[in-house]
Amino acid sequence: MKIMVAIKRVVDYAVKIRVKPDKSGVETQNVKMSMNPFCEIALEEALRIKESGLASEVVAVSMGPPQCVDTIRTGLAMGADRGIHVEYPDALYPLSVAKLLKALVEVEKPGLLILGKQAIDDDCNQTGQMLAGLLRWPQGTFASKVILDKEKQAATVDREVDGGIETLSLDLPAVITTDLRLNQPRYATLPNIMKAKSKVVKKYTPQDLNVEIKADLEVVQVTEPPKRKVGVVLSSVDELIDKLKNEARVI
Amino acid sequence: MEKWRWSSAAHRLLRLCSNPLSDLRCSPKLQNSTPSGVLYRHEGTCEWIRPFIGQQKQHFGQRSHHLWSGNCLGETPGIQNRFFGATATKIERNSKFATLNSNDISYFKEILGEKNVIQDEDTLLSANTDWMHKYRGSSKLLLLPRTTEEVSSILKYCNSRCLAVVPQGGNTGVVGGNVPVFDEVIINVSSMNNVISFDKVSGILVCEAGCILENLISFLDNRGFIMPLDLGAKGSCQIGGNVSTNAGGLRLLRYGSLHGNVLGLEAVLANGEVLDMLGTLHKDNTGYDLKHLFIGSEGSLGIVTKVSILTPPKLSSVNVAFLACKDYFSCQKLLLEAKRKLGEILSAFEFLDEQSMTLALNHLEGVRNPLPPSLHNFYVLIETTGSNESYDREKLEAFLLSAMEGGLISDGIVAQDIQQASSIWHIREGLPEALIKAGPNYNYDLSLPVEKLYNLVEEMRTRLDNLATVVAYGHLGDGNLHLNISAPQYDDAILAQIEPFVYEWTSKNRGSISAEHGLGLMKANKILYSKSPAAVNVMASIKKLLDPNGILNPYKVLPQSMIH
Repeated sequence: MKIMVAIKRVVDYAVKIRVKPDKSGVETQNVKMSMNPFCEIALEEALRIKESGLASEVVAVSMGPPQCVDTIRTGLAMGADRGIHVEYPDALYPLSVAKLLKALVEVEKPGLLILGKQAIDDDCNQTGQMLAGLLRWPQGTFASKVILDKEKQAATVDREVDGGIETLSLDLPAVITTDLRLNQPRYATLPNIMKAKSKVVKKYTPQDLNVEIKADLEVVQVTEPPKRKVGVVLSSVDELIDKLKNEARVI
Repeated sequence: MEKWRWSSAAHRLLRLCSNPLSDLRCSPKLQNSTPSGVLYRHEGTCEWIRPFIGQQKQHFGQRSHHLWSGNCLGETPGIQNRFFGATATKIERNSKFATLNSNDISYFKEILGEKNVIQDEDTLLSANTDWMHKYRGSSKLLLLPRTTEEVSSILKYCNSRCLAVVPQGGNTGVVGGNVPVFDEVIINVSSMNNVISFDKVSGILVCEAGCILENLISFLDNRGFIMPLDLGAKGSCQIGGNVSTNAGGLRLLRYGSLHGNVLGLEAVLANGEVLDMLGTLHKDNTGYDLKHLFIGSEGSLGIVTKVSILTPPKLSSVNVAFLACKDYFSCQKLLLEAKRKLGEILSAFEFLDEQSMTLALNHLEGVRNPLPPSLHNFYVLIETTGSNESYDREKLEAFLLSAMEGGLISDGIVAQDIQQASSIWHIREGLPEALIKAGPNYNYDLSLPVEKLYNLVEEMRTRLDNLATVVAYGHLGDGNLHLNISAPQYDDAILAQIEPFVYEWTSKNRGSISAEHGLGLMKANKILYSKSPAAVNVMASIKKLLDPNGILNPYKVLPQSMIH
C-alpha cells in the first residue's frame, strides 16, 4: 500500500513573526522556514506504518514556489521514498490544495492519505476535510492514535475532540489528519540525509494535473493583536479602591 | 525576591531544593559530618551543604535543628572552613574590616531609600548563597542601588568606614566570587537594568550592568541583532557580571571574547570615584586601555555600572548538527576539518563524552537520545550561522559527508527546525543543571591544548576508579574542558585524588586552571599554577593602587599573602 503525505513549508514555529509594514501579510524575507510541525508528525506516522510492514512506499508532496523542494528533501531525509513538487508561484488556499491533491491521488493511487491537521501560518484546518469530501473518502481528523488493520483494510483512529477522545473505524482508502500527541517526529540522521540526495522528486504544474487555480480568497489585511497595557504598581489600598471605583468602574 | 529573575533551569532547581527556611526539621540520623567538618543533609533528591562553623562546634547538637534560622544569620563566624573541607585552607575574617552598625544602616537608607536597603532574612539568605549552593556567606545587609551615583555614594562611604563589600549581579557564578565570605555588604546592581541606547546601524548597545542577558538578547532580536555571547545561565546572569568575569560561553569561537566586543564601560572605584570609559568607538588608541583591567577582574578592582558592547547582526540561517565519534582523536580531527571546511559559518563546536550523555538522559526533563539505541563514546555539537540557508546547508552537508566517508563520525543528525535545534542544545546547556541534580559535584574549568585535553579525563578516571564518576564536556573549539567529578558524597579522600593533581597536570601542560569561570573564592590561592609570580606581583600592585583598603570582594581572585 502506498501512503501519500502532504507537507507544507511554513515560517518556523519558534520564530517571532512580524507583520509587514503595509499590513499585507507576515514578514517572510530572511526568516527561517521549516516543515509545518503537524506535517512532520504526519510524515513520522507514515514512516512508522511503513516500518511496521503495513505499507510499501511513502510519498511526500509539497506545493508552492521552488524552495518547497528543500522541505521535500527534509521529508526524504526523514525516510520518505519519493517526493512530488507541484510548482506554483503564488499563495495556494486549502480548496486549491485539495483539488491538486485529488488530481495527484488519481495519478498515484495511494491507499492512505495523511496530512497535518492545520498549517501554523494560516491555521485553516480545512485541507484534509475538503480533500476527503472531494474524493468521497472517509476522514479521521485530529488523530492522536492510528492503528491499521491490513486484512480488514480499515484504520482505527482516536480523535481528540472537545469532549475527550472519539474512536472511529475508517475503511481504506481514507484521509487522516494528525494532531500533536500522535507521535514525536524523528531526527533526520546523516545516512538518511545522504541517501535523500539520490531520491527522486517529480515536478508537476497545476496545468499538468488539469486543475484550474482560482483565487477565491483575498487577504485584505493582517494586523498584530492589540498590545497588552502595562500594569500599574499602586502604593496603597486606598489608591486601589479609588482606581476600581473611578477608572475601572467595577465597584 | 520579585526582582530576581531566574532561568527555567534555576526554577527547576529551586523547586527541587525546597525553601531551606521551611525545612527546620532535621533527622539526626541523616546527618553526617566528615573529618574536615563539612555538614550536609539529604532531603529527597536535594542536598545542600552548609559551611562548618569551627567555633560553634560544641553547639552542633542543638543548633542542628535551626539550620536556617535567624540565629545562624545573626552571628559573624570568625573562622570559616573552605567549602570542600580541603585540609589546611582556613580563611580568617580580616580584622581590619569594620562591622556594620546602626549609623551605617541609617546612612544607606538615607541615600537609597528604605526599600533598597534589605535586612530581611529570606532575601539575605538567597543573596548570601550561590546558585549551586556551595558557598554561603553571612552578610546582614543587601543594598540595591539604582544609579551609578548611588553606587558611588555607597562605595565612598564603605571605603571611609573600611566596610568590605561584594558586588553582585545575577548570582550565577560558579567559583564563589559572587557571594560574601563573611559579613561583607552585598551591593546588587539588579535594579540598574535599563538599556541606555542602541545604534541600529553600528549595532552598538549601551546598557546598565544589571540588564539580564536574555532580556538583552530579546531586545536585540526585535532589531535584528544578537549578543556576542551566549551561556546556559542567560535567564539570570547580568551583563555587568558577564563583563566582570570575562564570560566565554558557547559562541566565543565565532564572535571572540568580551575583551574584543566590549567597546567601553563605566566603573566605580573603591573610593567612590566614577571612572567613565564608556566609549562607543571601534578604534581608540589614546593611552592605556584601562577597561581591559576591569573585564575579568571579578569585581575586585571596581564595580562595573554601564557597558557599551558591539553586537553582531542576527543571521537567519542557523544549522545544528549532533554527531557521534568513536574516539577523542576523531573529535580533534573533526574540529580541524570543521574550521577548514565550514570556515566562516562555524559558530559553535562543543563536545561531550558518554558519561555526560548518560547524565543528561537521566537527570534532564524532556531529553531523548538523539542517536538511539546505544550510547556513543563521544558526541560533538556543531552549529553554523550564516545568511544564506541553501548555501549553508550545502556546505554543512558536504562537510558531514566527507567526515563520514573519512571515518571521523560514526553517526549523526541534523536539526530540521528551530525546535529540534533547541532540544539538541538543551542536552549540552543543561549539563550543569544535570550535575547538580545528580548530587555532590567537584567542578573544574580548564584550558588545555586540544590534543592533550582528554588525557586528563582518562587519568582522572584511573585515579578515582569507582569512587566517583568523571564527566567531561566543553568548548572543544576553544580548548576549554569542563571537568566534573560527580561523587556519592563530598569526601576528602576523593578530593585528595583530585587536587592538587588536576592543577599540577594543567600547569605542567601550560594550561589555565580557570578558562572562563574565574578564580573567585574557589581558586583564590591557585593563580600561581597558571601565572608567574612576577605577573601576580604586578596584579597585586594594581589592586593596591585601585583599592588600597582592599574592600572590594576581599579574600578572592588573588592570594591573600600577595596582596598585603
